[in-house]
Amino acid sequence: MDIKEAQYVKELKSDEIGSIRIVVGDIISHVPTDPANTDYAEIMKQVKAGTLTIKDAD
Amino acid sequence: MSKAAELAALIANVNNGSSLANKNFIINGAMNVAQRGTSATGVGSTNSYPTVDRFKVSGFGSTAGRLTMEQVADGPSGFANCTKLTCTTADTSIGAGEGLTISQDLEGQDLQQLKKGTSDAVPITVSFWVKGNASATYTCELRDADNSRFNSQAFSVTTSWNRIELTFAGDTTGALDDDTSSSLQLFIWLHAGSTYTGGTHTSNAWHTTANQRVVDSQTSFCDSTSRTFFITGVQMEIGKATPFEHEPFETTLAKCQRYFCRTYTYGVATGTATVLGAVVTQAEASTVYSGSGTWRYPAEMRAAPTITAYSTQNADTTGKTTADGTDGTATIYGIGAQSAFICRHNDSSGVVANAFLKAHATASAEL
Repeated sequence: MDIKEAQYVKELKSDEIGSIRIVVGDIISHVPTDPANTDYAEIMKQVKAGTLTIKDAD
Repeated sequence: MSKAAELAALIANVNNGSSLANKNFIINGAMNVAQRGTSATGVGSTNSYPTVDRFKVSGFGSTAGRLTMEQVADGPSGFANCTKLTCTTADTSIGAGEGLTISQDLEGQDLQQLKKGTSDAVPITVSFWVKGNASATYTCELRDADNSRFNSQAFSVTTSWNRIELTFAGDTTGALDDDTSSSLQLFIWLHAGSTYTGGTHTSNAWHTTANQRVVDSQTSFCDSTSRTFFITGVQMEIGKATPFEHEPFETTLAKCQRYFCRTYTYGVATGTATVLGAVVTQAEASTVYSGSGTWRYPAEMRAAPTITAYSTQNADTTGKTTADGTDGTATIYGIGAQSAFICRHNDSSGVVANAFLKAHATASAEL
């Protein structure tokens, strides 16, 4: 998965991180921080490998 | 197979832990459900679910091979549909780590009756119909994802539909996890480098050696752009091969929606500019957030899914919701396995009091 951008997203009126907004090609998606989600697992794999940095939430 | 033999196999399978209904571990084996669309080009650069539900195509090791994947109305007797793969970019210089597979991942919690990793482990039979543009030999493999164990066998393809029946020995080593993650994978290897072919292959033997995963006589699907591969009627069951278990479309669709679903009407392409089926709510004025409402999926999903929102008025526009003729940024909150809240921030791009906010979305919790 060639992720061009990634940024954490907080839940509504909460400081809890709920998802990661990613841009892959021209597709914008929200990936929940659920270890069972295979996209989240891939994101964490890329972060661990140092090939992806996730921006802090706004 | 005679009717008497079919009945005997069925009874033997039930005695081994199979059932008379829902005996097929494979979902959408008849290739009838294709929520994402019926044709995709340029497939093979990565892992993806391009067309028919639950069937993943994986290209790895930087293979240059590319293909088109289609759901086509060309099946053997009794099958309306099949999956057709057509090589569109050949790769005749096969790098060691290259591979191209079509596969399906299965959840461990659905496989406990295999008794894998115990002395009572039962045999599994994989059956499917195949044909191609010419004679070829490919590899059918079971991979135990929990314990990195493999078992594979060769099968032959001709220009006519043939049903392949391959029985795999029960594996007394390596129990499958009882969870929602991928525990067993059914692979059809179409192209492989020496990392997977370099060893001496032994048919129908569980092992842990990567270079013995693919059969010695493997054909490369990517050796020519004239290559085609057709497959349908995929079944994996306990014991011996029995006739394919057909099921109603809505039954298969519901099973598929545990892994992928959409707001769009079935058959309408994702990204189509339409309100039909969209999540809709009415905005309030002077609020920081204007929601597009909660989307309750048609089925409990395997895990919290990845959500992609789409504009209802501008085709192929993601990350947006629509209100009164303008698109605004969509943010997804509260993503769970049952529902998600699609929200549009009041970003001064046109939301007025009582405006209707609309959004389409897809949800993916694939393995």
